[in-house]
Amino acid sequence: MKAIVSVKRVVDYNVRIQVKPDGSGVVTDGVKMSMNPFDEIAMEEAVRLKEKGKITEIIAVTIGGAKNEETLRTALAFGATKAIHIKDEGEVQPLTAARALAAVFKKEGASLLIAGKQAIDDDANQTGQMVAALLDIAQATFAGKVDVDGNKATVVREVDAGLETLEVDLPAVITADLRLNEPRYLKLPDIMKAKRIPIEATTLADLGVTAAAAVKTVKTVPPPSRSKGVMVKTVDDLVAALKAKGLA
Amino acid sequence: MSIERDVMEYDVLIVGAGPAGLSAAIRLKQINPDLSVCLVEKGSEVGAHILSGAVFEPRSLNELIPDWKAKGAPLKTPVAGDDIYFLLSEEKAFKMPGLFVPKPMHNEGNYIISLGKLVRWLGDQAQELGVEIYPGFAAQEVLIDEQGIVRGIQVGDLGVDREGHHKPDFAPGMELRAKYTLFAEGCRGHLAKRLLAKYELDKDADPQHYAIGIKEQWTVPAGQHKPGLVLHSAGWPLSVGGTESLGGSFLYHLEDNQVVVGLIVDLSYSNPHLSPFDEFQRYKQHPVIKQYLQGGTRVAYGARAISKGGFNSLPKMAFPGGVLIGCDLGTMNFAKIKGSHTAMKSGMLAAEAAAEALAAGREADVLDNYTDKFKASWLYDELYRSRNFGPFLHKFGALIGGGINYVEQNWFGGKFPFTVHDRIPDYATLKLAKDSVKPVYPKPDGKLSFDKLSSVFLSSTNHEEEQPCHLQLKDPSIPLAKNLPMYDEPAQRYCPAGVYEVVGEGEAQRFQINAQNCVHCKTCDIKDPAQNINWVAPEGSGGPNYAAM
Ligand SMILES: Cc1cc2nc3c(=O)[nH]c(=O)nc-3n(C[C@H](O)[C@H](O)[C@H](O)COP(=O)(O)OP(=O)(O)OC[C@H]3O[C@@H](n4cnc5c(N)ncnc54)[C@H](O)[C@@H]3O)c2cc1C
Ligand code: SF4
Repeated sequence: MKAIVSVKRVVDYNVRIQVKPDGSGVVTDGVKMSMNPFDEIAMEEAVRLKEKGKITEIIAVTIGGAKNEETLRTALAFGATKAIHIKDEGEVQPLTAARALAAVFKKEGASLLIAGKQAIDDDANQTGQMVAALLDIAQATFAGKVDVDGNKATVVREVDAGLETLEVDLPAVITADLRLNEPRYLKLPDIMKAKRIPIEATTLADLGVTAAAAVKTVKTVPPPSRSKGVMVKTVDDLVAALKAKGLA
Repeated sequence: MSIERDVMEYDVLIVGAGPAGLSAAIRLKQINPDLSVCLVEKGSEVGAHILSGAVFEPRSLNELIPDWKAKGAPLKTPVAGDDIYFLLSEEKAFKMPGLFVPKPMHNEGNYIISLGKLVRWLGDQAQELGVEIYPGFAAQEVLIDEQGIVRGIQVGDLGVDREGHHKPDFAPGMELRAKYTLFAEGCRGHLAKRLLAKYELDKDADPQHYAIGIKEQWTVPAGQHKPGLVLHSAGWPLSVGGTESLGGSFLYHLEDNQVVVGLIVDLSYSNPHLSPFDEFQRYKQHPVIKQYLQGGTRVAYGARAISKGGFNSLPKMAFPGGVLIGCDLGTMNFAKIKGSHTAMKSGMLAAEAAAEALAAGREADVLDNYTDKFKASWLYDELYRSRNFGPFLHKFGALIGGGINYVEQNWFGGKFPFTVHDRIPDYATLKLAKDSVKPVYPKPDGKLSFDKLSSVFLSSTNHEEEQPCHLQLKDPSIPLAKNLPMYDEPAQRYCPAGVYEVVGEGEAQRFQINAQNCVHCKTCDIKDPAQNINWVAPEGSGGPNYAAM
């Protein structure tokens, strides 16, 4: 049984994001990029399922420019058995990504798509859901626990009211939430081996996918900076300060 | 308890992806594409731990990759002007007429760059040539066999908790073995420190001297931006006439309204109350500096030590199975405050020597041909000419020492018929706290000057929390028992990241180490008066994440 894991290259979560002075987006020049943390969780889950013998093949798929190869190498070091690079230098809309993933899913005859619930750059939280719709298959989003048995997957999801357990027929889409697992350390020998595995290259056109109409980003602004606190010495000062602000 | 470790073997192994290590890697593959070359880097990616100025002299790059322009090297802003100021007080300054600028300080033909960006580009070039680069893996130990020959390095273990116990996901660090290992850790490499001691490499040299460089990157209003302008200063807020605290500052205008600004403080300073960080913060308030920064936004912060001893402090460079290159060896030309082109050249020379030896079927011996090539190169000549600069300053201060240096550099071409030595190591220069005056530092205004914590935040520093402390104290009692009464524990002030704190009073007093904030500058390892702090590499990929420093 084959599982596809989609992996996106995003600005690393440790990086302090800076908005470009002209508001056209965020600064990515020279900025550290890495695999979307939710995709790492998805990769880890796939590897665990494979270790348990529930699936046999893990195909990591990325869409993007030449540098995305690094993200696929990371996926291979995790334990992906195959890597597909859909080459595209432009900006990829969630719907385009969903169409491409659906095409790969069909082509490979996969039973599962495990994706991160969202990417930390655009926080769109759409791709997994749209792939399920495009393929007309079941979906279990925000997974906190996953089990696969034969042709079914049991997924525990975190919802506002507590935990919800779903059972879905395969093929299906599962999106990974933060608490699904803690991804392993990548070991140097695995990273070394991953360097030597060939990566399959393709394009949106090869997959017969047309790019979705662009959602235009009109403007990016940084969050307002917090105004400085005032130190007060006595309770009277505090009351006076609150009064001055019309709060007391 | 012995641990099973995976092993990989290479022809050449390089520790550290700075200009030195990457130039060596590229040169090796240019000479012989069949050589297997592996490079490990402790930063989470190539460039993540690189912090420099930088005015870059392209001499070595021209030799290494002559078509660097066509290949898109990030050298975008040629130096357009050189201003040198002597800051006399917090308001006053004296601008040095161009006529009196010592020759090494002239910058025509140089570029203002982000060294972080340049090494990322060099990393891409190296990878295209087939160099295997592994960022996020620090070389933690040197592998030395029974015959005393360096055989490679061992990568740090992953998954060890604070107490040193293995966590369930423990992953033992791999052994990387090679016929020759090139150490390119930059200033105060923790492996070089052991190699210097083990092979007594610095026995006949002056002690290495250091400075700490603290740097910020700013986006400034377009009207204040003068692309290509280089500004250097000496004097205030450090000693103006005396020798108590020396150093200088830089302010460079890059492209895209980016300005970088930094203060370099000699670690030979004697007042234990001095805080390089606070000196830097107040320095930015000087009208000469403020005119460029005000109204701008600070976007990045970081710090790194500099090896500035130069020629007189050069140790022996080769030992069985390995060599030191770049700032790990001490190739910085401090008269020019430039060490990138010299680091690159030393890496290239070492690569040529290693390739020659391998072609002759040699391995794991002493690369004497590296030393020979070094002595015959322009690098040796350049360092020789600058050899008196640091000692002049240490002895006579910035004003007079700088003047003598002007005479030597411009009238004698850097070749005074004598050499001045400076044999007191930087950790031994502190006066007692009770004999020193406490400077009063102004409170940060949140516009030009800031506190340490909000600064460290801008270095995007991150360390896995559960791991043994990578700042080891040989004797844990020294900070409170000795350093505190004698020097008011200077680590609280010289560390630019607020890692060291003395907290609590009386019985409850303790020395706290906030290791997760460490920006890997190495100052504590250098300046601790008891030489009690030992910096070792933290768990893989920990440390700052500089974007373009
Ligand atoms: C504030 C400041 C301003 C400067 N200005 C200029 C300037 O204007 N012009 C100029 O030419 N030079 C300048 N320099 C000097 C220049 O930056 C250095 O000389 C140069 O970076 C040295 O190169 P290197 O390759 O020897 O070491 P580094 O650049 O320090 O690189 C060493 C690399 O090795 C890695 N490393 C270290 N230990 C290990 C380990 N154990 N395992 C794995 N990896 C490891 C580090 O993470 C780092 O990436 C400046 C330096 C500073 C601090
Ligand atoms: S702990 Fe040491 S190496 Fe780390 S930032 Fe502070 S002084 Fe620098």
